[in-house]
Amino acid sequence: MRIPTKFGVTAALALSVSATAAFAENIKIAFIDPLSGPFATTGTNGLAEFQFAAEELVNKKGGVLDGDMFEVIGLDNKMDGKESLINLQVAIDQGAHYVVQGNSSGIAHALTEAVNKHNRRNPDSQVLFLNYSAVDPALTNEKCNFWHFRFDANADIKMDALTDAIVQNDEISKVYLIGQDYSFGKAVAEAAQRDLGAKKDSIEIVGNELHPIGKVKDFTPYARKIVSSGADAVITGNWGSDMVGLGKAIIEAGFTGPIYTYYAASNGITRTFGEAGVGKINLVGEGALNPAGSPEVDEYVDAFEAKYPDHDISQPRIANVVRMLAMAIEEAGTATDVVEVAKALEGMETDNFWGGKIKMRAEDHQAIQDVYVMEQASGLKHLLDNSDYGLETAVKVEMASADIPTTCEMERPE
Amino acid sequence: MTDASQKTATITRAPALSLGQVLPWVISVIFLVAMPTIFQSNSAITIMNQMMITIVFALSYNMLLGQGGMLSFGHAVYMGVGGFFCMHLMNIVETNELPIPLPVLPIFGGLFGLGLATIVGSFSTRKAGTVFAMISLGIGELIAACSVIITAFFGGEEGMPGDRTYFMPFFGIEFLQQIEVYYLIAFWTVLSTLLMYLFSRTPVGRMANAVRDNPERAEFLGYSARWVRFFSFSAAGFFAGIAGALFAINYEILTETNLSTTQSGVILLIAFLGGVGFFFGPIIGAIVFTLLQSVLSLQSEIWQLYVGALFLATVMYFPGGLAGVLMMHVPAAKFGKLGTLVVPYIKTLVPAIIAIFGLAALMELLFHVRHASAGDDEMTLFWTTFDSHSVLPWIIACVATVGGFWLARLSAPSLREAWHRANTPKGRPA
Amino acid sequence: MDLVIINLIDGLFYGLLLFMLSSGLTLIFSMMGVLNFAHASFYMLGAYFAYQISMYLGFWMGLLIAPLLVGVVGALVERYGLRRVHQYGHVPELIFTFGLALLIEEVIKFFWGNNLMAYQEPEILKFALFSIGNNAVPAYKVFMIFTSVAIFIGLLYILTRTRIGMIIQAALSYPRTVEALGHNVPLIFMGVFGVGTALAGVAGVLAGPVLGTFPGMAFVLGSIVFVTIVIGGLGSLWGALVASLLLGWLTTFAASSSFPFASILESFGMQRPESLSDSYLRDLWTLTLPQIGPILPYILMVLILVFRPHGLFGKRDV
Repeated sequence: MRIPTKFGVTAALALSVSATAAFAENIKIAFIDPLSGPFATTGTNGLAEFQFAAEELVNKKGGVLDGDMFEVIGLDNKMDGKESLINLQVAIDQGAHYVVQGNSSGIAHALTEAVNKHNRRNPDSQVLFLNYSAVDPALTNEKCNFWHFRFDANADIKMDALTDAIVQNDEISKVYLIGQDYSFGKAVAEAAQRDLGAKKDSIEIVGNELHPIGKVKDFTPYARKIVSSGADAVITGNWGSDMVGLGKAIIEAGFTGPIYTYYAASNGITRTFGEAGVGKINLVGEGALNPAGSPEVDEYVDAFEAKYPDHDISQPRIANVVRMLAMAIEEAGTATDVVEVAKALEGMETDNFWGGKIKMRAEDHQAIQDVYVMEQASGLKHLLDNSDYGLETAVKVEMASADIPTTCEMERPE
Repeated sequence: MTDASQKTATITRAPALSLGQVLPWVISVIFLVAMPTIFQSNSAITIMNQMMITIVFALSYNMLLGQGGMLSFGHAVYMGVGGFFCMHLMNIVETNELPIPLPVLPIFGGLFGLGLATIVGSFSTRKAGTVFAMISLGIGELIAACSVIITAFFGGEEGMPGDRTYFMPFFGIEFLQQIEVYYLIAFWTVLSTLLMYLFSRTPVGRMANAVRDNPERAEFLGYSARWVRFFSFSAAGFFAGIAGALFAINYEILTETNLSTTQSGVILLIAFLGGVGFFFGPIIGAIVFTLLQSVLSLQSEIWQLYVGALFLATVMYFPGGLAGVLMMHVPAAKFGKLGTLVVPYIKTLVPAIIAIFGLAALMELLFHVRHASAGDDEMTLFWTTFDSHSVLPWIIACVATVGGFWLARLSAPSLREAWHRANTPKGRPA
Repeated sequence: MDLVIINLIDGLFYGLLLFMLSSGLTLIFSMMGVLNFAHASFYMLGAYFAYQISMYLGFWMGLLIAPLLVGVVGALVERYGLRRVHQYGHVPELIFTFGLALLIEEVIKFFWGNNLMAYQEPEILKFALFSIGNNAVPAYKVFMIFTSVAIFIGLLYILTRTRIGMIIQAALSYPRTVEALGHNVPLIFMGVFGVGTALAGVAGVLAGPVLGTFPGMAFVLGSIVFVTIVIGGLGSLWGALVASLLLGWLTTFAASSSFPFASILESFGMQRPESLSDSYLRDLWTLTLPQIGPILPYILMVLILVFRPHGLFGKRDV
């Protein structure tokens, strides 16, 4: 888990040395996410997945272009916008042309804004921002820009798939929405209201609630309201300890229906729910492990689990980020002219590593891919958190929301 | 908390400017001007900008804690709100094309910080001590919570972005490059530092010290302790607002983390680490902490553990902070005996440092064994790569720790004696 | 109506949990005159110790041993840390406990990592004791309620009816006189600090399985504990009890209501704007009481400090 730190040091201390000159043949990908502090688990997990993907999918196959290797540099943003911007500067100074980030849409907003400004002001050291996990729809709508690409399905797309699963289930007629009081929580609630209303009139939304993020100590009162409302299902975008607190309180209060979530797996959450979560915790995401899309996927996951027993493939899209970047660089014939690489990435349509196809829409830089609704279950091939539980595909939505409208008006460089 | 100004307070008339008073400022300015020519990369400049912003913020915090004796757990609020207002101003300038140059923005930031501080100060400064601390905590939590609720002003979780380049060009400078921003921030850092220093020399600044040490006596002298605290508090809010504006200029975005209580806690840590008893203490604290944060965090995953331990050790053993440690040597230097301390220092400190590094190595080894992925036995520490599951590194680390500690203890008495001798004026028996 | 009753029970549970923390804190304060910022960190230590012990010896041994361990750690902190800093004054003491809180969190992360611990309640209490409406009340929560009530009665008995309690009370008000009478006051201080932190440890052991055992658990609860004792009046055990219950019910009922702020705006004769996105007050129009529930205690505290600085039951200023 040792992060390649030498480069960080050169950047911060031996600043007079131009780092670009040192290892020009490596294509550097700067990974900017929390590697210390309360969210470090998610960050270190993501870094491990990136390094593994770069090694397995690119470097072991001879690299790109004339044998150039991918090198993933972990930079700790401490889940802080300011630190992320410093990291971006460090990454650029080291000659990285690709920045990947995922945890927190707030930081993604700060980064995409900063990358846009940087590229406009410094045409000779432009960078691309490959967003592998921040799902705020705004990033590919009103706040979109040419330098940003999103490889995860955004909150709207996920909700589209989730509501597909809900309307198929005849036992659900009352739904309760609850989420954290910030942009993402609000986006989830809005999308759920919109989609459920459009898809099935008979479904009633019996509650729509926001709670302060990270401040609620005891979720029991919320759980009481949910149970009393007579809801058949709960939808929440909660993550971290807010997810665990809410989920446990709901189950303990005697709720028996399904809980539809975005982030209730891995990082100790699956293990904490344990048996109580089986059949109740549902999660929407791209890239399913049980069953896997191909034997190659099985092999890949097994190899990862063997190398990093304490980590999980919790963000499968990372494999797609690395693979598609490699393909785009090959197609553009250059790794340093990011405008060419971005143009190659736009509209790219290829095999999804996890099965099916994946397409990077040109008009808003949003990846379109299969989205799955998965259920916590035991006795699976690929488990999470070193527990006896994992996620099993319940519903698969092919090329989810391929024609979802976007308000993106992208300015393209000449 | 002993204070240098207490000693100088006995000098009643304001002496004319002496070389000793002007020299530190001149050196600082030359230093600031020269730094970017030594460290040229953008990331270095960004880190230095961060350092200077922290300096202004820490000094403003110390107006409360060090000079006024008010422990605040919510100072980030004034910096944050000042910054947020500046961000809005930046956006207004962009849409309306107002003829305002960027370098004056910090004045507005300061005024907004001052405005908020006057409102809060009107009721929070009635008492010092725990009442003040708790009110500051409550207000801090309130405004931090508002930042995610009132999205119209705070922009919610995405924060409030802006673009500094739409201001009226300032003598042709559009502040496109980091280096231009560096000099802007440097100018404001020097100016605010100077103003804060001068404030501490004004009667109000002096009375703040008196009220801190003994509010009752100050009241008997006819000063209202409450008003004195209120003035210090408002002034601190003003400079925190300037720091917020500088933050807005450098990062072009403010987010809810700027207001969080964590941020308020960090600035307390910085000020105390540097030394609250001396005017320049927080400056040292800001520099050291920013370096720790940006350099140590690249070296070690458990850097926060080290910072926590360092902080606690400071509180327990050096309540004067780093500045206090430095100033302890002033008497010896005055007696011209500083040189006699060098050898004993080397004898004690070198083994002590070895012991600390050994201990850190043990922690890193333990952490690596516990948390690294299976099969990943290789770790890099102090520029050497080795197998963390083999016995040798453990032995080396243990020997370094125990041996260093033992040697340091062994030579400690002679250091103590040398210290004693160095602090005795010449011609007097030690 | 069902919901009101169930909220009363939940509020009681949360309030009593707060009380287990605030009782120790208020004792420590009245003795040493310093607010222990790290108090919630001892609560966290309790949960982690109990988790580790329960892996080998089961939940009940954890409940027994973990608070003792926490108490010992607390006593050591007092003896070798706080007593040393005491000479510098109250503000450095406060800062010391603040730093201690940081350090404890980092130490926890060092040993247990960042993940949630799968710390579970004992199997024997894993059932719903009764239900009101559809809402189940877990047996474990009822067990917690009774445990904390028992602790309160025990504490009250010791403080008011036993000799050692008398000495502690005397030492609180007149430490020098008590010392002159031949009692070892520093030892009493150390003991009270140990007992106070052990109480926090008990709270951690009991709350860990319900509220989650993770490195941020102290931070989440930390400042609210101060708020409790400031509202109740520093140094007052009864004040701590009343304030704990008050806050427990306040947050529970705020969270379970759905009172919209729009109705306040409307009562001022304001019209809901057609398009919310253009309105400067758009956030107020969509705000509901549960959204600001967790900050209500802070508002209450600031008001109390401004208008009644010695709190509800306190005899002296904060």
